[in-house]
Amino acid sequence: MFKHLKQLTSLVAMIAVMFAFTTEAMAKKSKTLKNTQKKGFVRCGVSQGLPGFSNADASGNWTGIDVDVCRAVAAAVLGDANKVKFTPLSAKERFTALTSGEIDILSRNTTWTLSRDADIGLTFVGVNFYDGQGFMVRKSSGITSTSQFKDGISACTNIGTTTELNMRDFFNSKGIKYEPVAFEKADEVVAAYDAGRCDTYTTDKSGLAAQRTKMKNPNEHIVLPETISKEPLGPVVRQGDAVWEDIVRWSLNTMIEAEEYGITSANADSMKTSDNPAIKRLVGAEGEMGAAFGLDNEWNLRIIKQVGNYGESYKRNIADTGILPDRGPNQLWTKGGILYVPPAR
Amino acid sequence: MNNKIKKLIPQILTILFVVLIFGFFTMNAQVNMDNRGIDFGFGFLKQEASFDMQFTLLDYDGQDSYAWAYVVALLNTLLVSFLGIIFCTILGVIIGVARLSQNFLIKNSAAWYVEFFRNIPLLLQIFFWYYAALRALPLPETAEPWFGVTYMTIKGYYIPSMIWENLNVFLSCLIAAIVSIIFIRIYARKLQEREGKQLPVFYISIGLLIILPMLSFLIGGVKLDFELPVLKQLAQTSFIFEGGIALPPELIALVVALSLYTSTFVAECVRAGIQGISKGQKEAAASVGLNPNQILKLVIMPQALRIIIPPTTNQYLNLTKNSSLAAAIAYPDLVLVFAGTALMQTGKAIEIVGITMLTYLTISLSIAALMNWYNKRIEIKEK
Repeated sequence: MFKHLKQLTSLVAMIAVMFAFTTEAMAKKSKTLKNTQKKGFVRCGVSQGLPGFSNADASGNWTGIDVDVCRAVAAAVLGDANKVKFTPLSAKERFTALTSGEIDILSRNTTWTLSRDADIGLTFVGVNFYDGQGFMVRKSSGITSTSQFKDGISACTNIGTTTELNMRDFFNSKGIKYEPVAFEKADEVVAAYDAGRCDTYTTDKSGLAAQRTKMKNPNEHIVLPETISKEPLGPVVRQGDAVWEDIVRWSLNTMIEAEEYGITSANADSMKTSDNPAIKRLVGAEGEMGAAFGLDNEWNLRIIKQVGNYGESYKRNIADTGILPDRGPNQLWTKGGILYVPPAR
Repeated sequence: MNNKIKKLIPQILTILFVVLIFGFFTMNAQVNMDNRGIDFGFGFLKQEASFDMQFTLLDYDGQDSYAWAYVVALLNTLLVSFLGIIFCTILGVIIGVARLSQNFLIKNSAAWYVEFFRNIPLLLQIFFWYYAALRALPLPETAEPWFGVTYMTIKGYYIPSMIWENLNVFLSCLIAAIVSIIFIRIYARKLQEREGKQLPVFYISIGLLIILPMLSFLIGGVKLDFELPVLKQLAQTSFIFEGGIALPPELIALVVALSLYTSTFVAECVRAGIQGISKGQKEAAASVGLNPNQILKLVIMPQALRIIIPPTTNQYLNLTKNSSLAAAIAYPDLVLVFAGTALMQTGKAIEIVGITMLTYLTISLSIAALMNWYNKRIEIKEK
């Protein structure tokens, strides 16, 4: 009697589970989008403080170009760029936080690599900063190039980063014996390097430039000219929600394309009457550009009005703060850089 | 019969509940991993780790597998725990006895020590020793030697390394000395039981431990040389010591913080143990003519140990688990390397966290088993 009852309940449970999955798969609207709209805020994972990319001021306001990606998504799906809940994460925690569903976007100066994209349940949606790994040393050391590195050099860095792997490749290829000192938090790395524990500090060059501003005496340190790796940094989402992935990708693309067409937060509204259909599509005045995501037609206009285009974001966060005034490769393709996004049409 | 069923039903329900919960967790994890295209498996352990470690006891290179990285990181964890347990025991016993001293100054300094170190969070203490104490240390080029040949610097503690010739002869002499000491102890006990005579076992043991290894130097052809750390210039203002052994500051800070913190708890266990023995025991022992040394060794300590061991075991377990705070100061222990870097590179969160949890469980249970065995050995034997 009991035996049959057990079988029956497990059968019912199985059917219920299968049914739940089929209905979920059939729903057109993204589950993450639905949850986000229900909660009323976008859950965004950022760094624990990297000036220019994601950094909180004394009153807890987050700024930075990584932060702006999340704000753009919030503007698109919730209508308000401020409706974001930021979760500061260490390099070690970031992917688990995303795959476990604690956050919905990871916008935390994260390098796009094959194994990360393919193996661990993540999908990279684009690049919002082209970077490369470099080294910082004390000026007084007289080192001006990585060719002056010698056996026994100690290098401070973060664990759980591509940096740790690149560093090994670099020193091995040069045949230099080195002492890796890897910390969990960026602040700890900086503190240890600043104290003299390490001869060099290595991470993405943008990170070096940003962290230098936090040091006791920034002028005592220089970033060496060599770049030892490609580090395309960009926002990441969980695998398995294609619509949400598209929303984040095209929120970023909108910012970059808006700069291309000269649409800024100030002139976005007046662009509605532009003669150029490409511009009109970007401000929601032509076509049905939001329907495919389950959004209204002015989602992209809100991004540009509330957050601004990529150029505005870069200027506000990275150039004006003195971190990297020169945009380098992060310039539009039309102006000699490599920022090139597919057209919104 | 009816009663029996009544007793059984809650137990069956509990088991069913536990099984269902585990089943739910497993299914939930499986469904979510499937959705995100994450595979479950331990194949990654054979892959090349491709990251380096700062400090290892065995040879390790980035070309080795994740499995080997795990072993090497585990050894680092065990090293810290081992050193921590030894130092916290020595310190703890001294402080615990000092708290019972008649001397006002000793008694109160010990009490202050205990209250101070046990009431500050351990993580803060680790940060203090690593960041504050470390910053106060000199750079290699300005370091003054300690004991003539060792150098304490911001980059680590450099000590001479030993270069042995015929090390195996020396080791066999050492083992021979230890084995003969064990036999002499057994013989001494029998002698006392049979004839009531006492041998000066302690002095004989010390003598053997010194004389036999000495002989290996004189006759056995054993030679010992020291390789001293030598200052080397890397760049204009960047120096390092080469040669000898370098103990990284991360290891030192961690061992110091763990030992100081845990020693306060051990001290309290020791104090409790000694105070738990009634005064009458000591007076009775004195009245049968035992001297103070014998009273402590034969009457007080055997009884006090019974009170001291179980709570001290807890402290050893705590220390071992607390050693995982190493991750905060870049000491490459199991949590930093395996549950940190390896997890990040492979993305095998469930597998790696599972292995790490099982590892700590195994270490803790082993320590507990060892201490339980010791506790059994010294407990009152009912005759």
